[in-house]
Amino acid sequence: MNNNNRHMISILLENEAGALSRVANLFSARGYNIESLSVAPTDDETLSRLTLVTYGSEQIIEQIVKQLNKLVDVVKLIDLTETEAIERELMLVKTKATGEQRAEMKRLADIFGGHVLDVTDATYTIELTGAGKKLDNFLRAIEKDAILEVVRSGATGIALGQKALHA
Amino acid sequence: MTMELITGAEILIRCLKEEGVEYLFGYPGGAVLHIYDAIYVQNDVKHVLVRHEQGAAHAADGYARASGKPGVVLVTSGPGVTNAVTGIATAYMDSVPMVIISGQVPTALIGNDAFQEVDAVGITRPCVKHNFLVKDINKLAETIKQAFYIATTGRPGPVLIDVPKDVTIAKAEFHYPKKVKLRSYNPTVKGHAGQIRKAVDLILSAKRPIIYTGGGVILSDGSPELVELTQLLGYPITNTLMGLGAYPATDKQFVGMLGMHGTYESNLAMHHCDVLIAIGARFDDRVTGKLEKFCPEARIVHVDIDPSSISKNVRVDIPIVGSVPNVLRTMINVIRDEKLKPDAEALARWWRQIDEWRAVKSLSYRASDTVIKPQFVVQKLYEVTGGKAIITSDVGQHQMWAAQYYHFDQPRQWINSGGLGTMGFGLPAAMGAKLAFPDRDVACITGDGSIQMMLQELSTMKQYQTPVKIVNLNNGYLGMVRQWQEFFYQKRYCMTYFEALPDFVKLAEAYGHTGMQIEKPGDVEGALREAFAMKDRTVFLDFLTDQSENVFPMIPSGGSQNEMLLAERDEMISTHDEGMVLL
Ligand SMILES: Cc1cc2nc3c(=O)[nH]c(=O)nc-3n(C[C@H](O)[C@H](O)[C@H](O)COP(=O)(O)OP(=O)(O)OC[C@H]3O[C@@H](n4cnc5c(N)ncnc54)[C@H](O)[C@@H]3O)c2cc1C
Ligand SMILES: Cc1ncc(C[n+]2csc(CCOP(=O)(O)OP(=O)(O)O)c2C)c(N)n1
Ligand SMILES: [Mg+2]
Repeated sequence: MNNNNRHMISILLENEAGALSRVANLFSARGYNIESLSVAPTDDETLSRLTLVTYGSEQIIEQIVKQLNKLVDVVKLIDLTETEAIERELMLVKTKATGEQRAEMKRLADIFGGHVLDVTDATYTIELTGAGKKLDNFLRAIEKDAILEVVRSGATGIALGQKALHA
Repeated sequence: MTMELITGAEILIRCLKEEGVEYLFGYPGGAVLHIYDAIYVQNDVKHVLVRHEQGAAHAADGYARASGKPGVVLVTSGPGVTNAVTGIATAYMDSVPMVIISGQVPTALIGNDAFQEVDAVGITRPCVKHNFLVKDINKLAETIKQAFYIATTGRPGPVLIDVPKDVTIAKAEFHYPKKVKLRSYNPTVKGHAGQIRKAVDLILSAKRPIIYTGGGVILSDGSPELVELTQLLGYPITNTLMGLGAYPATDKQFVGMLGMHGTYESNLAMHHCDVLIAIGARFDDRVTGKLEKFCPEARIVHVDIDPSSISKNVRVDIPIVGSVPNVLRTMINVIRDEKLKPDAEALARWWRQIDEWRAVKSLSYRASDTVIKPQFVVQKLYEVTGGKAIITSDVGQHQMWAAQYYHFDQPRQWINSGGLGTMGFGLPAAMGAKLAFPDRDVACITGDGSIQMMLQELSTMKQYQTPVKIVNLNNGYLGMVRQWQEFFYQKRYCMTYFEALPDFVKLAEAYGHTGMQIEKPGDVEGALREAFAMKDRTVFLDFLTDQSENVFPMIPSGGSQNEMLLAERDEMISTHDEGMVLL
């Protein structure tokens, strides 16, 4: 059994001031890891949806889920790692794009299904979506020196099939 | 006809009245002046003016633990609420129901570093069950209702409501909701029938069982069910420091407290058990010792209302989420209905083994007729009060001696800070307990260090006539810390000796109480009798006790349950267990 698995936990949270701090606070106070955290409103204005990616042993993940459920502002949550789910993350990368590099960068962006959103003489700004791993792979595929800036949204996800998380 | 508009401050007090709040422990200031003005014009909710906001929280806590009702606190913004934080954290760690109302600067000034502004919700977030900032007067009553509901249900705990001053001034109609519904908060009270059934089978298959119970039994008033189940099974039972009194300590099935300063028989029974029945206890590190060696042969049943208490430190085999009385009642019914019986022969063998451990008499100490032994004072206190007093304590050696030598037969009789270990808790808690039970004897067992942390409350106790007996086990040291320095720091007593102490007798008198100093063992009982005969006086009994006495048994932290230090004896006793370390 892997002792340090990656888990993506998706949470429906009361859209109240301070609710996000309660989640963030829990992780820092109890020493749990957060790899990424993304949060935004939902179709229901009283709720926000928060996705967080964390690492830990089975026992720690179990505690994280229990502790999150204990927060009064947490309405529902699902550990997406436990079901079949799609993971998506948005990344914007500003790269150098001069000389030979210019064509190569475009080609790589195409291979990864990215779009070039902005072009200057010397740079491209590329948009990419996918699971975190794919985004990592893209960054590995292009020359390190070519990267000027990287912005990632953090992972979000949704379960496959008919299952839906709602209040 | 439209309803009358009343101020937020009036609404607040009306809500407290609706909740049946008897006492409000508080301290005024600018941000809460409107609330104080609303207090002035009514007599339903009595306000106790403490001398320090920490005292307010501890007093409310003592009131709550003694009565089972939530304690209620009112403090002003800024330093008012920061002073209360230690008291809030104390209640949080021991799961005590409490509602704290803190004043806040006017809504428009929040975030401006206004006078006496602190982020009360932010500061208290890690040490409350939940908290609220009420910015809209139309949400005030509903929020207060929710706060009481959250504080008192499920695993209880403190809930803070931060109320900006303009909200207390604004006007609205008053409706107190009859019911609360929170979609995201719904504690499980009823245990899962299938799990309970499985647990019963495991429990009855045991050859070497032990029941280990904690504060959850007391918090849930589950003592009658616990007593019934334990006696039905005939199994040994041990309590945590927080669980004392849930099962009568004078009953033969009780093997004493467990853990760091628990009895030899309870810790060894834990170590050697094959089935552990944990009820409303949270496997604290002071109980488990070294986790890898905790109950190595046991299969474990755990009943707890908080899923996060289960399998947090120790993996359990049969978890049951639910409330103690409910789950135990179901267990009792299953056992009775199906006429299930424990393995009598194995149980008899197990009891013979436990009785051998008991014969070690791990709580014996060397008596003296020249110097007062602290344990002796607690024993005499037990006798003089007929074992019936409510005992509060501070934190240190005296706390452990109180737990070991006062045999609590009733729940809510023993009130102490276990989780946070807050020195200063005892005196205000005693005041709160006395307000809850004016006709009962209340004593605060304290130490020369702890008592000085909340001394100012002697003045409050005078004002509200709460006659409590203060039993100061004065060893001149921060004894518990000194003990660790003796054992683990080669007697380098750094900053644990008080080179100056006040004259506690004069001090008590200065506050309008009675003081006594007792130096000789022969005077202990007489002094206690005299003090308790003064029904309407707070009496400060300053017992000058043996300065070098240590608390035994002791499992050094990081040790396992079969590695106990036993008291110094004339002869070192040897034991059968290889792992035993003796001092
Ligand atoms: C100097 C010092 C020395 C100490 N030494 C010891 C020692 O030797 N031995 C010892 O035991 N402790 C000792 N302690 C105390 C220790 O730190 C812990 O506070 C204590 O062990 C915790 O007790 P508990 O497990 O009963 O949990 P509590 O803190 O009382 O927790 C209660 C548990 O019950 C659950 N619960 C609440 N309501 C319900 C309900 N309705 N139904 C079901 N479950 C419920 C809660 O979820 C929680 O899990 C010491 C403390 C100090 C300061
Ligand atoms: C507020 C606070 N500060 C520090 C401690 C650490 N501490 C634990 S026991 C203790 C000594 C207590 O001394 P005293 O009240 O005289 O009791 P004794 O151990 O001597 O019986 C100290 C300093 C604590 N528990 N609480
Ligand atoms: Mg002392």
